[in-house]
Amino acid sequence: MASSIRVRATAGAETTEVQALMQHPMDSGFVKNAKGELIPAHHIETVQFETGGKVVFTALWGPAVSKDPFIKFSFKGGKKGDDLKITWVDNKGATDTTTAKIM
Amino acid sequence: MRIITSIIVGAALLLTVAVAQAAETAETFNAAYAKAEAANKKAGELRNQWTTTVAALKGAKKAADEGNFDAATNLAKRAEALANASIAQTEREVKLWPDAVVR
Amino acid sequence: MMRGLALLMALAMLAGTQIARAEVTASTPENDFKAFRNFFTNKFPKVPLNDFVNGPYSMDEGLRKQWIAKEDFPPYDFALDHGKELFEKPFKNGKTFADCFPNKGIGIRQNYPYFDDKTNEVITLELAVNQCLEKNGEKPYNYMKDDMAAVTAYMAFTSRGKPFDIKIPKDNPKAVEAYEKGKQYFYQRRGQLNFSCASCHIQAPGERIRAEVLAPALGILNAMPIYRSEWGGMGTISRRFTSCNSQVRGVPLEPQAPEYRNLEYYLSYMANGLPVSGPGSRP
Repeated sequence: MASSIRVRATAGAETTEVQALMQHPMDSGFVKNAKGELIPAHHIETVQFETGGKVVFTALWGPAVSKDPFIKFSFKGGKKGDDLKITWVDNKGATDTTTAKIM
Repeated sequence: MRIITSIIVGAALLLTVAVAQAAETAETFNAAYAKAEAANKKAGELRNQWTTTVAALKGAKKAADEGNFDAATNLAKRAEALANASIAQTEREVKLWPDAVVR
Repeated sequence: MMRGLALLMALAMLAGTQIARAEVTASTPENDFKAFRNFFTNKFPKVPLNDFVNGPYSMDEGLRKQWIAKEDFPPYDFALDHGKELFEKPFKNGKTFADCFPNKGIGIRQNYPYFDDKTNEVITLELAVNQCLEKNGEKPYNYMKDDMAAVTAYMAFTSRGKPFDIKIPKDNPKAVEAYEKGKQYFYQRRGQLNFSCASCHIQAPGERIRAEVLAPALGILNAMPIYRSEWGGMGTISRRFTSCNSQVRGVPLEPQAPEYRNLEYYLSYMANGLPVSGPGSRP
């Protein structure tokens, strides 16, 4: 089964730029279905990016982030060929992780 | 003699109107609903039913189920008017569309 | 003598006018195509021809910038991967989609819809996908989203860049009739709001309807199926046609109704020569 995380990390002279797309319903818990019942909250709570044994980025997400969230950021450091590990955990305790090589 | 006739006719008319406004019944509702349904069916054959017609029919049924035949009949009459308008729209548009074609 | 001359001249003028009028109003798909194309290139002289397939992004610079930023990691990525899996997975009888389509189903999107002269109807890609499933004893997909969107996304992707090549066999009057019916559907007003497709996509491309920027009708199907932010997911041509109907307060027809297939035939023919850009993403 394909991972729910797509990631691309590109190392520049001093910083590495990371883009990631995650597949997740990100239900806020405030939306009602066709029958008028509330769709329970089901969204990612934390996302963590690690490389070289260090966490370089942590995101704390909640109901305001939309479905299939996309994130783009840069961090200082990072070398071509290094591993970048991404993990998300959602409010139901489910988790997914993937590792990609920095290009 | 004429004046008395007029008064009697007038009173009779008032009485009819008063009776009509006082109580729509299941029978009068059913008749109005059947007419509306028939018109909407014709609109369906012309492949141009309006969503608002369908909503009015639904509302009419719901009001009738709750025993509110005045409201139900009003909605059924509105549904019939909407359905007839959608039929008229198709009959008109079937002739007018060529004028809109980009030349 | 003078009267005779005047009569002759009047007759000649009349004849001349009638001939001219016949030429101007001769309605053929080819003439329609030219008029349609010229309408958009004249209205938007700065838009490169192939850019029209990008819909609202060809009309609004701000939207375009956001779109380009997103295309690095397009939201249809997941559906595309899923579509490839579905496309390659064998049916219970061992066959695959490749057995139903020319060229094994790869790089053929630009030929759809086509007119089937055995059944005398327009065959769209979505219809063909479900016909393939049914022929092989599988359950057909819901036309609007999910698996249908995923499979058609993959098939569109294998044709990216290829110019639309829709054929209207001139020797088959039923094909021309289907085309003409599609054209009628496009221009005929419907729904309580009394809009036709042309009301938005011919009269007002680049303008806004509420918060949305309207796409030009030229090439409007080239990016299908799309991941639409408004839908929070993928949608097919069937989904777009039915939702456009309900948006003008018209009860949608059934997905892949003959009217919709004829409409797709007309719009796709109008886009001949323009590249397949699907799958796409839209606001």
